[in-house]
Amino acid sequence: MGKLLKYLKNYRLQAVLAPLFKLLEACFELFVPIIVAAIIDTGVKEGAGVSYIVYACLILLALGVVGLIAAVAAQYFAARAAVGFSQELRHDLFSRLQSLSYSQIDALGTPKMITRMTSDVNQIQSGVNLVLRLFMRSPFIVFGAMIMAFIIDVYAGAVFAISIAVLCVIVFGIMLVSIPLYKKSQGKLDSVTVTTRETLTGARVLRAFCKENEEIKEFNSRNDSLKKSQLFVGRISALMNPLTYAVINVAIIILFYVGAVRVEYGILTQGMVVALYNYMSQILVELIKLANLIITVTKSFASAGRIAEILEMRSSLKAGGAEREDGEYIRFENVCANYGDAAVNALDNINFTVQRGQTVGIIGGTGAGKTTLVNLIPHFYDVCSGKILIGGVNVNSIGDEALRGRCGVVPQRAVLFEGTIRQNMQWGKADATDEEILSAIETAQAADVVASKDLGLDEMVEQGGKNFSGGQRQRLTIARALVKKPEILILDDSASALDYATDAKLRSALKRLDYNPTVFIVSQRTSSIRHADKIIVLDGGKMVGIGTHDELLNTCDLYREIHYSQFAKEGA
Amino acid sequence: MSTSRKGVFKRVLKQLSNYKLSVAATIFFALVTVAGTLSIPVFFGQIVDLIVDGGGINFSAVFQKFIIIAAIIAVTCIAQWLMSEINNRITYNVIKDIREEAFGHIQRLPLKFIDSHPYGDIVGRVIADVDQFADGLLMGFTQLFTGVLTILGTLVIMLVINWIIALVVVVITPLSLFVAKFIASRTYNMFKKTSEVRGEQTAFIDEMIGNLKVVQAFSHEDENLEKFDEINSRLTKASLKSIFFSSLVNPSTRFINAVVYAMVALAGALMLVLNVPLPIAFSVGILTSLLSYANQYTKPFNEISGVVTELQNALACAGRIYEVIDEPAEAPDGPDATVLDKAEGNVKFEKVNFSYTADKKLIENFNLTVKAGQRIAIVGPTGCGKTTLINLLMRFYDPVSGVIAVDGNDILNVTRKSLRSNYGMVLQDTWLKNGTVRQNILIGKPDATDGEMIEAAKASHSHNFIMQLPNGYDTVIAEDGGNLSQGQKQLLCITRIMLALPPMLILDEATSSIDTRTERRIQDAFAKLMSGRTSFIVAHRLSTIQEADLILVMNNGEIIEQGTHKALLEKHGFYYNLYNSQFAI
Repeated sequence: MGKLLKYLKNYRLQAVLAPLFKLLEACFELFVPIIVAAIIDTGVKEGAGVSYIVYACLILLALGVVGLIAAVAAQYFAARAAVGFSQELRHDLFSRLQSLSYSQIDALGTPKMITRMTSDVNQIQSGVNLVLRLFMRSPFIVFGAMIMAFIIDVYAGAVFAISIAVLCVIVFGIMLVSIPLYKKSQGKLDSVTVTTRETLTGARVLRAFCKENEEIKEFNSRNDSLKKSQLFVGRISALMNPLTYAVINVAIIILFYVGAVRVEYGILTQGMVVALYNYMSQILVELIKLANLIITVTKSFASAGRIAEILEMRSSLKAGGAEREDGEYIRFENVCANYGDAAVNALDNINFTVQRGQTVGIIGGTGAGKTTLVNLIPHFYDVCSGKILIGGVNVNSIGDEALRGRCGVVPQRAVLFEGTIRQNMQWGKADATDEEILSAIETAQAADVVASKDLGLDEMVEQGGKNFSGGQRQRLTIARALVKKPEILILDDSASALDYATDAKLRSALKRLDYNPTVFIVSQRTSSIRHADKIIVLDGGKMVGIGTHDELLNTCDLYREIHYSQFAKEGA
Repeated sequence: MSTSRKGVFKRVLKQLSNYKLSVAATIFFALVTVAGTLSIPVFFGQIVDLIVDGGGINFSAVFQKFIIIAAIIAVTCIAQWLMSEINNRITYNVIKDIREEAFGHIQRLPLKFIDSHPYGDIVGRVIADVDQFADGLLMGFTQLFTGVLTILGTLVIMLVINWIIALVVVVITPLSLFVAKFIASRTYNMFKKTSEVRGEQTAFIDEMIGNLKVVQAFSHEDENLEKFDEINSRLTKASLKSIFFSSLVNPSTRFINAVVYAMVALAGALMLVLNVPLPIAFSVGILTSLLSYANQYTKPFNEISGVVTELQNALACAGRIYEVIDEPAEAPDGPDATVLDKAEGNVKFEKVNFSYTADKKLIENFNLTVKAGQRIAIVGPTGCGKTTLINLLMRFYDPVSGVIAVDGNDILNVTRKSLRSNYGMVLQDTWLKNGTVRQNILIGKPDATDGEMIEAAKASHSHNFIMQLPNGYDTVIAEDGGNLSQGQKQLLCITRIMLALPPMLILDEATSSIDTRTERRIQDAFAKLMSGRTSFIVAHRLSTIQEADLILVMNNGEIIEQGTHKALLEKHGFYYNLYNSQFAI
């Protein structure tokens, strides 16, 4: 939490004023019982008269008005500080998340990042708001009441001190016991959620295996266990109200006993006993508020810790020196890559060169390292040893934005964003004209997709591109990369949803591009890469073959095996 | 059943009627609690009157009152605890009932419903909405009863002990309600606005953080941050308004309370001082009691207005759950439905018409005869109806007209259970249960021995990677099989079928995620599995279907060509082009 305090810096004034005004309000509240005591003792019993009583009541009213003003001011400052705090925090967090490297993104995972941005920030916002409002007020009233009691009478004060201690033990004790139990019952709720989701996502399989009744049985047992745990924790928290109620009222009985004895000896007056009684009643409400505040604050602290972790992260990508080497256009030199601390390198000692304008095919089984290899080119990941040179310069020293500006990447998962087709295409080039866009779309074999939409380029893409089929999305993402007119085009298994004929047309259209990009095609099918200038065959992170289709058929067992598994021998 | 608020309310009451005794008990204990809580200030007031001045205090009278108060405290505490316990029981049992009913109903819902509703929405109804409903119900029980009783009780007591001051309270208090209501109605729109902007922001975060890799690949970070800041500043403005204005409720009602308090003090003190001939007895002690009532009086009002919104919310949530429960279920199997024991595998489609939506025809006048043991391959472009055919075979959907028969039985007259257990199905979209590897494999044959299981796993080439998992066959697979690769998941789905050995097979892109080498190795096992079993195979890779007895080439819901691989190639038609496009540039 400490590290996040800097986000309050611009709201320092509000953050100080809010609790201050709350304190003021609490002070006014503490005066009330004293004034009532004065009304009883001086006004009624000593006969100070009507004017005294009216005067005292006017003060009561005035205290109310001033209290209201102080409270409104406090609420405003608290809200302003909390909201401003979270605005700046959100901004920084979003910008920090955007700067993380691919390997950090992989390690964090999307759901985690989204939770940090949303519910964690909200949790902190309400924590800040509540703390500013209550952390001065509640303890102040509780201890203020006790101090007032001590001022009136030491013995009465002692009664207060003891009852506050007992109440604290009860309130915080019950909280301490019940919070872990609530967590446990939350865990059981999660398992009920999982079963529910599972029965929906797996509806086909479950029904195919006629598992409906087993599912119901499993759900009912989890549901029942949830209920039992809820009842158990409910039983314990249900103790809070009766116990605190009993303690306060027993304390009042003792207070009256002590008071009666003191009045008997003329040390206290009747009005003062009434004032003590009123103070005691004020304590309970505030103590319970304080307990709830502590729950919220604990949660906020947990959220704050999680957020601070991300804010402290710096992109793990390393920048290198800018020395230039002569040689081929793209060169991989003894490249190794590794995810996190996996025992086995994802890529191991890869060496190859590519001439400008060449097409490179990359093939291999699942987990062979194909995607890793192409992701190294735009410096999405760092190599763990070796180097990759483009135009003689190490990719880690080109500058990520400049480098990525030269690369057009079409990822495996075809993602479009909410907005029009045109806006999506302009991700590649912000000022792309319709002509440029349409020509890229033409190359990507997506002209029919745009033509089939009433609004053409102005057709809205729903979030996640839901209103387009997988194949349509894939072709549009290819077009988006082409709008950039990239020097290096990377197609990461991007034609998997295309049928063979379209795939073939796409490849020949790419060949005809006038800016002659260097193309990397990752594929599982040999048909997609057989015409490449160079094919790299990967197996378990190692390069087991490189060459043209015909060469590899002769020299590389794995390539041959892959090819003939897709095409019967006589077809080749 | 009506989903109007009134209708929902009636259903909730009906749901509660199973717990009539408990509801009666909780009302009784609420009465006891309120009576106890309200009577205590009266006795404390009487004590105040006993300790007026030094020298003459009647201590035995004071002790008498102490004993009475202590007894009341004890009874009140017990009643309060019992009330909470009973309320918890009612609430958690009711929501358990509702969840069970909803879940059981989901099992009987047609796939059409499940396919057309986002999972998150249905899960949200069964989990979050039910929780919200429980909160409302619990609050209703604990605070509504006691709140109303407290207000009525306080009024009665104040009227009895001093009706003049009671009138002062009664006149001013509605102000507090009015203020609370005024603020609530003003803030409603602000909250709505805030949650709209927050929704917009969440959607944006979802989209951009969810696809961060693409964002970075296109160096779109700055544009995103700009857009984010724009939404963020709107959110800040909206939340400042809603948080601030809603936070005014507490201070304002506290203020009204202060006014009431001052008025009671004034009226009470004046009555005592002026010695007006009063028709009622009055004392400092009674004034003390009245002040303490005045302090308590506005609290239940605030609580009740909170409870009312909560209850409305709860009813809305209950309505959403009832919508799921009321969704028409699949027609149950007829009483005279045939139980298909072990099918030979003759499948016949006769004039079958089918579409998912009435306005978009899909499969029209579809005819097909498959003899037992034949291998049928289905090819065609995306959306041609391949998957629909599987939906019909498995009775996930029923045809609009026409007959599908297995061994001469119209499948509409066969029990779903027996029909489905005759098929072994592997889908492209692999699905694994949250559980151990073993549980997942045994799903098709729960009584299989370890030996049988391992044999099946070896046949499908999954034994090796299973043994490499941390706990072998007892490794727990995370939700969505997160710790397995797509190919490994598919292998497990195949193992399931290899173990169950059903008489007929449906393989929809069953090996699409398995690399071609492994695929080739399990082909033999597949071939063995398929021999003698009627099999339907959907595949992209034409190599996997060349050996089929019959290839159906589908387009737009129709079979446009059928025959063996050789015959179709010789025909130089659609299939020929599709096949040859593999070898084009």
